[in-house]
Amino acid sequence: MSDALPVPEPTAVSAPFWDATRRRVLAMQRCDVCARLVWYPRFLCPHCGGSSLRWEELSGNGVVYAVSVHHRAPLPALADKVPYSVVLVDLDEGVRLMSNVFGRAPTVGDPVAVAWVPLDDGRNLAVFEPR
Amino acid sequence: MTTEIRGATALVGVADEVSPSGVIDIPLRQLEAQVITAALEDAGLSLRDVDGLCNCTGGTLMHSVELAEYLGIAPRFTDATQTGGASYGLYVEHAAAAIAAGEAETVVIVYASTPRAARKRGEKGLGVFATPERLEWETPFGVMLPISAYALAANRHMATYGTTAEQLAQIAVDTRRWAAMNPRAHLREAITVDDVLESGFIAEPVHKLECCLVTDGAAAVVITGAERARDLAKPPAFVLGAASAASHAMISQMPDLTVTPGAVSGPAAFKAAGLSPGDIDVVQLYDSFTITVLLALEDLGFCAKGEGGPFVGSGVLGPGGSLPGQTSGGGLAYTHPGAFGAFLLVEAARQLRGECADRQVQGARTAVAHGTGGVLSATSTVILGTEATL
Repeated sequence: MSDALPVPEPTAVSAPFWDATRRRVLAMQRCDVCARLVWYPRFLCPHCGGSSLRWEELSGNGVVYAVSVHHRAPLPALADKVPYSVVLVDLDEGVRLMSNVFGRAPTVGDPVAVAWVPLDDGRNLAVFEPR
Repeated sequence: MTTEIRGATALVGVADEVSPSGVIDIPLRQLEAQVITAALEDAGLSLRDVDGLCNCTGGTLMHSVELAEYLGIAPRFTDATQTGGASYGLYVEHAAAAIAAGEAETVVIVYASTPRAARKRGEKGLGVFATPERLEWETPFGVMLPISAYALAANRHMATYGTTAEQLAQIAVDTRRWAAMNPRAHLREAITVDDVLESGFIAEPVHKLECCLVTDGAAAVVITGAERARDLAKPPAFVLGAASAASHAMISQMPDLTVTPGAVSGPAAFKAAGLSPGDIDVVQLYDSFTITVLLALEDLGFCAKGEGGPFVGSGVLGPGGSLPGQTSGGGLAYTHPGAFGAFLLVEAARQLRGECADRQVQGARTAVAHGTGGVLSATSTVILGTEATL
């Protein structure tokens, strides 16, 4: 089912993120000037405006910041996953991203770890599972 | 807005178009022209008096310029800033400043949308949430916008502050009580907290009866200088303060899901007005979802952050409550064509004029119209008052 997920082609700036997912690694930019992580991938740091950004690998561990159990799937690829959880995860390194938890719904504060859903072009989509 | 232009302008004409069925199947330009004409008639003005136009829908690219041509006016002031449901309060802020600066005399603010008629004709939605960033970083996770975003915010507020489903449901119950007193409201049947809690989920914890309507509709507001306003047909609703703010486009980029940009626009508008929340007689808060109202109450300072649940749970917003809110029946029960912001201004002005019949808040002298756009992305706060508040 995962091959039907509508994941866009990487852009010039997001390509390193997606390349890392081929190795099942969660990578993110860090600003050389203010040392803060940058999510989503950008040409400049949204915290300080710095333009020197370096890619680094993250642990993939975090906690659930917010969760919404979805009872209807807007994507055919997720139809057999209903009900599924849309989550915002606060990674241990201090940055928040949107993802999914499949199966039993987590609650706010639950520790989670990255898991990978294969896409048909060799990339993987970062979802999360309890840890 | 600075304190210098407190009371320098006023809403002098208002109108809105709604339909009992929820469907208004006429061309959008006709609907816009109808509602603008009605608002100008309400003020005792005509299109010849208009030298400013604000709208961000209905056209293709240059929304205000395209509509101005259709109306046969050549405005010297236009604004087509798009901040969703916050756009219309923002236009009041900008128009008031322009009028005070002598850049315009009389400005029309208009919104019209016919999503139901479009659906009947088999037209696809506009995909307004399909930004490149969202398509890459949110859409693959099966989000449904806007509901998923508001559901995440509600979940976070409940987890952080212990806000209950019953407290949020009370907002929908109170709003429906107002709608029952508005003969033009789309949904007028009384509901209970249990009805809300049993109405089912698309995205937890937002129940179906906590979601705004999808109906066709239009609203228009005419704003002009205070001196001229006093010579027109209806009692002016003076602009005492107005401010806008924006903090993010995607919910996954919102710094704190329990704090909206209303925490910026609200205090700024109150400062300009020289008023505090305790001075307000009636509020019109954008109720796209019940959580939107609760967050607005906290961010505007009607209660402390985190105390919104107990505050609304007592029915404070309903008829007879100490803070009458969404008195038209709101986006939850009156009408909601896609952005309710302009309707908030219309109802606030009508309350200050004493035109609201059964649902009139007796002696209302001050009103807040607070719009929220996108996914809690942008807000505008407008504080209006009668002549007695100047």
